[in-house]
Amino acid sequence: MKLVTERRDISSPLLRFFAPVASIAVALVCAGFLLLATGVNPLEAYREILYESLGSVYGLSETLVKATPLIFAGLGVSLAFRMQIWNIGAEGQIYMGAMGATWVALFSGLTNHWLLMAGMFAAAMICGGVWAGVAGFLRARWEVNEVIVTLLMNYIAILLVDFLVYGPWRDPQGFNFPLTAQFADAARFANYFDTRLHSGFFLALLCALLLYLFMERTIWGYQIRVIGSNPQAARYAGMRTGKTIFAVLFISGAIAGVAGFSEVAGLQYRLSHGISPGYGYTAIIVAWLARRSAVGVIIVSLLMGVLLVGGDSLQMLWQLPIAFIYAFQGLILFCLLAADFFIVYRLKLVRGTRHG
Amino acid sequence: MKKALIPVLLAVFLCVGVSAWAADKQIKAGFVYVGPVGDAGWTFAHDEGRKEMEQLPFVEPSTFIESVPEGAESARVINGLVRRGHNLIFTTSFGYMDATIDVAARNKDVIFMHCSGYKTAENVSTYFGRMYEPRYLSGIIAGSMTKKNIIGFVAAFPIPEVIRGINAFTLGVRSVNPEAQVRVVWTQTWFDPGVERDAADSLLDVGADVLAMHQDAPATLQAAEARGAYVIGYNSDMRHFAPNAFLTAPVWNWGALYTRLATEVHNGTWKSEQIWSGLKENLVDLAPLSERIPEDVRNLVQERTEAIKAGTFHPFSGPLKDRDGTEIVAAGQVMSDADMLSMNFFVEGVHGTLSK
Repeated sequence: MKLVTERRDISSPLLRFFAPVASIAVALVCAGFLLLATGVNPLEAYREILYESLGSVYGLSETLVKATPLIFAGLGVSLAFRMQIWNIGAEGQIYMGAMGATWVALFSGLTNHWLLMAGMFAAAMICGGVWAGVAGFLRARWEVNEVIVTLLMNYIAILLVDFLVYGPWRDPQGFNFPLTAQFADAARFANYFDTRLHSGFFLALLCALLLYLFMERTIWGYQIRVIGSNPQAARYAGMRTGKTIFAVLFISGAIAGVAGFSEVAGLQYRLSHGISPGYGYTAIIVAWLARRSAVGVIIVSLLMGVLLVGGDSLQMLWQLPIAFIYAFQGLILFCLLAADFFIVYRLKLVRGTRHG
Repeated sequence: MKKALIPVLLAVFLCVGVSAWAADKQIKAGFVYVGPVGDAGWTFAHDEGRKEMEQLPFVEPSTFIESVPEGAESARVINGLVRRGHNLIFTTSFGYMDATIDVAARNKDVIFMHCSGYKTAENVSTYFGRMYEPRYLSGIIAGSMTKKNIIGFVAAFPIPEVIRGINAFTLGVRSVNPEAQVRVVWTQTWFDPGVERDAADSLLDVGADVLAMHQDAPATLQAAEARGAYVIGYNSDMRHFAPNAFLTAPVWNWGALYTRLATEVHNGTWKSEQIWSGLKENLVDLAPLSERIPEDVRNLVQERTEAIKAGTFHPFSGPLKDRDGTEIVAAGQVMSDADMLSMNFFVEGVHGTLSK
């Protein structure tokens, strides 16, 4: 007897829906044993996670705040994934976007709110886009692997921002601490419901809608999907793959760059070291779990928000160590990825040894 | 006459009653930590202080949240502590500054203590220690123990606090050994044992025979122990990580301050201030010296310790020049607190990069 994997002929819509739900249930049961081992009632803990992240206006607003950069970056990454282009550089593109927006906010001399917003938005898109566009150009022109280029350019972007905040952009009134000056009110997003929820979240939803329409309803979107699934056929049909690769990576980076704009204009009001605690990398998981769909990115980002915000309460109420929170989050992601596998494959018991 | 007395008495009675109520305040403290409590360094030292404070009869069991990212993330955690009824909140890293001020502005009835920043408010104090004093003393020891006259310094970020420590250390080194140089490697992280270990090894590779560090993990000590060099720790008495290599360590004694602050809040005598205490107040100290340090060096350290405590000696006293030869402090003067808090130059003898 032997256990083998076999590709499913078709994966039913029912399975597609239930597999992730079941996988989260499996993860919760596994984590439940861990919680029991530390003397915490799992049901109480789960109730607390949901209550903390969704049970009040404040909790919900924090979950949405947390999801906002993930939606932007997730959309950017998923657009590239759609074309089988692996943009691992969303983290760096977020930093570049934050840098561009900060430049406009502090040094452009604009004072009108709407002009500032438009300028910061454009600067973030251009900076993020150019950053990813470099990888796109290299890939289109010389077939340079975009995974390596986008990944390594993350470090350059982070160090470039460090250079600016430690050097030329340092706040003259900031006692030589590595922070830029704070933005004027005109360069900040509006807040809602007396919480930290800011316009960036609604911009993210709008961005998701536009991307959806772009992919599903335009010729360009169609071309991207065709090139992604069969580049040779696309070339045969006369599609210009090189230009499309560059354009897709540019747009992908531009959207990730807007995440940086949203973080500095909506939350931090200044540029500093560590402006993104790894949103760009989480976005890769988000895009993967969302199966590259815009709606999926929103749902998965919100789930991530629930996990991160709810995780706080486990620490606060039961003093569980941070390592447990990481393990818990990892367990859920692991099970979701496993579900992804079982949607496409199934396990089969085979008698005897298999020759093949 | 009598009629007038009654309201007066009533008012007096009320005042006494109110202040008696205020003086009976139970302390429910919350701590926001930048690393895990098991880091054996910075966060560990704060947590020791927290436990010491908990011994007070009017302090309820306190809460800590570990590994909280600096920046906008931290506002949610601080807010969470407020919402769960904590009335004295310690935020123990520089990057929590904006978030602390922000949450404090919305919660005037809660007292906030922010470590190492420069912004205060009516309900926010800052607190920090004159770590440059024991740093200077440890420099005397390093300068005496080096044979190759190369001392390595593993440092986190080029911010004033760290630069001040490196300069004080180097001044201590050069006070006994004008030939010795201090080589600095920046890690750009507070806590990353792998990166810290690599930095320490690279310093040993260029010939350093004494290491010092401004990091949260004990990786530098382990590197020195493995290669037979001497090492000076930081944060807490880390000798068990390097039984042979360990010379001493500038250490924090937060318990003394936390106990004092909790008592002030309890008594209603707390007021917003900028606390910067040193050897004299016992907030900072030098861990017990290793047996390997010769008698005359011990005596010199003891003598300087007394002089610093008595105020007759200051590590940053003139004539003091930066390494380009520009005069910073004139002969007969000592550096002002404001200048020390925004320090952004290296003294002669330091080899390392620093952006202007």
